[in-house]
Order: sequence, then C-alpha cells, then structure tokens
Amino acid sequence: MTRQRVPPALLVPAIGGLLFLVLPLAGLLWRTPWSTLLSRLREPEVAQALRLSLLTASLATLLCLVLGVPLAWLLARVTFPGRRLVRALITVPLVLPPVVGGIALLLALGRRGLLGGWLDETFGVSLPFTTAGVVVAEAFVALPFLVIAVEGALRGADTRYEEAAATLGASRWITFTHVTLPLVAPGIAAGGVLCWARALGEFGATITFAGNYPGITQTMPLAVYQTMESGDLDGAVVLSLILLAVSVTILAALRDRWLAAP
Amino acid sequence: MVLTLGLSGCGGPEEKGTVTVFAAASLTESFTTLGKQFEAAHQGTTVKFNFAGSSALATQITQGAPADVFASAASKNMATIGDAAVTPTMFVKNQLVIATAKGNPKQITGVADLTEPGLKVALCAAEVPCGAAAGTALDAAGVKLTPVTLEQDVKAALSKVKLGEVDAALVYRTDARTASADVDTVEFPESAKAINEYPIAVLKGAANPTGARQFVDYVLSADGIEVLTAAGFQAP
Repeated sequence: MTRQRVPPALLVPAIGGLLFLVLPLAGLLWRTPWSTLLSRLREPEVAQALRLSLLTASLATLLCLVLGVPLAWLLARVTFPGRRLVRALITVPLVLPPVVGGIALLLALGRRGLLGGWLDETFGVSLPFTTAGVVVAEAFVALPFLVIAVEGALRGADTRYEEAAATLGASRWITFTHVTLPLVAPGIAAGGVLCWARALGEFGATITFAGNYPGITQTMPLAVYQTMESGDLDGAVVLSLILLAVSVTILAALRDRWLAAP
Repeated sequence: MVLTLGLSGCGGPEEKGTVTVFAAASLTESFTTLGKQFEAAHQGTTVKFNFAGSSALATQITQGAPADVFASAASKNMATIGDAAVTPTMFVKNQLVIATAKGNPKQITGVADLTEPGLKVALCAAEVPCGAAAGTALDAAGVKLTPVTLEQDVKAALSKVKLGEVDAALVYRTDARTASADVDTVEFPESAKAINEYPIAVLKGAANPTGARQFVDYVLSADGIEVLTAAGFQAP
C-alpha cells in the first residue's frame, strides 16, 4: 500500500462525519454522574432490565437465524416470480418507524389481531405483555439486517463449489448444509451480530406491542425512557451508558472475530 | 416585567407571533380546541403545541426546550421546573375512571373487580401523574393490583383498551370521554381521593411572554373553562 496525500475536500467532511457520530456519545460521558454510577448499577431494577435485554436480544437473534438464513438462501439461489417484491417487503421493517411496526404487530398478533385472535381462542396464547412478545417485536425489526447480510454473502460466494457438489450427486439440502453454510459462515455471523445489536436497541415496537412491565417486558431502552420520563436525567444517563458500553464491547469483540477488517 | 406586559395584554394591541405551549397528553383535545379559538380571537398569533407526559415535558423544559407556556397534569411536575414557572395557577381538576371495552363485557363495576384472575389491566407508570393518581386511588380502595403493563402516558394506556389488548385501564375521565365511541366508563368512588389538579404557567425566558400570558389568560377565562368542562374536566 502506498501512502497518499488525503485531499482536504475528502478529509474535512470525513472528520465532520466522525465528529457528528461521536459528539453525542461524548455528551453522554460528559454528563455521567460518575460518583453514583456504581450504586446505580447495583439497583435491582437495572440488573433486571439488563438481563432481560440480553436474553431477549439473544433469543430474537436465534429466531432470526432460524427464519432468516433459509429466506436469504431462497432470495439468493432460487429464481421465482415476485422475487423483487419479496425482497422489497423484507426491507420494509428497516424503514418503518418502530412504533408503526408495534401497531402492525398488535393488529396481527394481538388479542384481537388477524392471527392473534385465533391463537388466543384456540390455545389461550397471547403475545402482548409477555417476554415472548418482546422477542417477537425485536425479531421483527432485526430480521431484515440478517437477511440482507446473509443474502449479500451468498451472492458474493463462489457458486462453483455448490455446482461441483451437485455434480457429484449431493442433494440440494446436503449441498446447503455441507458446502454453502460453511462458505458463508462469516457472513451469517456478521448478520447475526448486526441483528443482535438492533434487537438490543429496540424500543418503539417493544413498548407498543409488548408493553412495559419490570422484569417481564421492560428492556433497557424502555427503562431508559421511563427513567427519563420521571425527570431523573442522571438515572437515564447512567442506564444509557451501560447499554452503550455493552453494545460497543460486544460489537467490537465480535467484529474482530468475525468481520475480517483489513 | 412579564406581569405588566401580561396585564396590558388583555384588550391591548395584539401581539403577533407564535406561542409554544407544552401541555400534558390528557389536554390534547381540549387544548387543540382552545388553541383554534385563541388564534381566531388573536389574529396573527399562532399556537404551537407539544403534547406528552407531564414528566417528559418538565424534563424537556429543564433541558432548555423553547417553551412559552407549560400546562401540567400535576403540581409535582410544575415543581420540577422550579422558578422557571412564573406564578403557576390551578385551572382544572381531573378524576380517574375505569375504561373498559364497549359494553363492559367483563362486567367490571369497581376497582375491586380488577383483581379477578385472568383480567388484564393497564396502568400508567407511577412516574407520570395518571400513574401516581392510580396508585393513590388503589391504595384508598385497599386494592392490590398487578397490571400487565405500565404505560408512559394516559393515552397509551387508553389505546391498549381500544385495541382490546387489556380488559381495563385506569385513565382520566376526560380521556375516556374522548374515546367514548370505543370504550365504556366505570366511575369508582375511591377516585375522589386521587384528584389531579392541573397547573398552568408562563415560563421565565419565554420567547413570546405577551402571547404566552394572553394564552394563559384565555385558558383561565370563562370561555376557556367552558371548553375544558365540556371535555369532562372539573373547574377548580
């Protein structure tokens, strides 16, 4: 690699962009009441919300992996009518305001919802106000991240290995599990990390669909909002900082492990 | 200074400009109506509203949000902003009711019925006025209740009833009245022990102190109180 002079026309806006992203985080650090940080961390509500957040985000990621990897494979490897429409539909939760997602989930899976009404009457299963409901809300907003990442990895992968396996008599399922999956494993892991991070930060769909109750549906973002609402800015800052630290730590750790950055 | 301007505001030359009003979520409908009437009576003045939970509004104001008037659903939140509020005045009272699905299918007659097994109840979080009032009323009734959710403002709690996701919610009478097409209202005597008093104040450092004072005076006028009582509020 040769060392080049960076043109100021690129360097200045690049630094501006970096500052724009980092400055609000600096504001958070600047305003953190460090002296009471530890005692806040020990409050049972905080630990409870953090535990619930980590649990639901991980379960949501698992759900996304089970549903999303086959969906990505379908989009990348199979030609079928309406594929472009399906791809567009999958990206909808990316641009949809999360509150709208929450309302949509209520109308589909709520007690009087399209499918939820039937679930409630037949099995007595109702998702709102349950931890499972939080997982569903988080998975809804996070799934596109996984599908897009995995589809990209599949499109970038060399299909000659799959063709060779097929020529040697491997079924499509065997080819998928023994050739394709190992080939795009880093892509799946990267998508999974993104998906987990998005699930961890989920707020709007969760509070709308799953409600807010400590220990059952109150994840960290909801706890931050409620603390802010109560006028306890210091408390909200501390909770935000914890959430930020957890996300950054895990993203950084997994990024080095899975995303081979040059 | 603000006071003298305010006194000259009534009947004096009209002050043009925008009045920014931060108001409790439960005031949404009545203040929207009041705002239109005020604009009609004060040509050239526009009223802008920011409706949310009173606690959130108080936090926004202490963090420097540009507001001219603050109308809170509880004096506690007015106290939060301290001397940023210029002479807060009580202007209405509000009482809690039980909102149920249309036709009251679970036949709820009082707060004691809310503890029935399998019944889903939404309350406001204790941090916001409707939640604090609910806590007081339930204590007064001696009812221990585990809600399925603690909503961030009264409108969110009411929505959960409208959607049918909960069987009942404790909300203000005014909000239940606004939603009377979708919900039924059950009055309960213990709510008399938890009446919310709403203060309104011009804010120190208001960009438009004259307009702000005129708006507050309008809310406190006979016309203003008439709109509010029609919505189910009680005069102070």
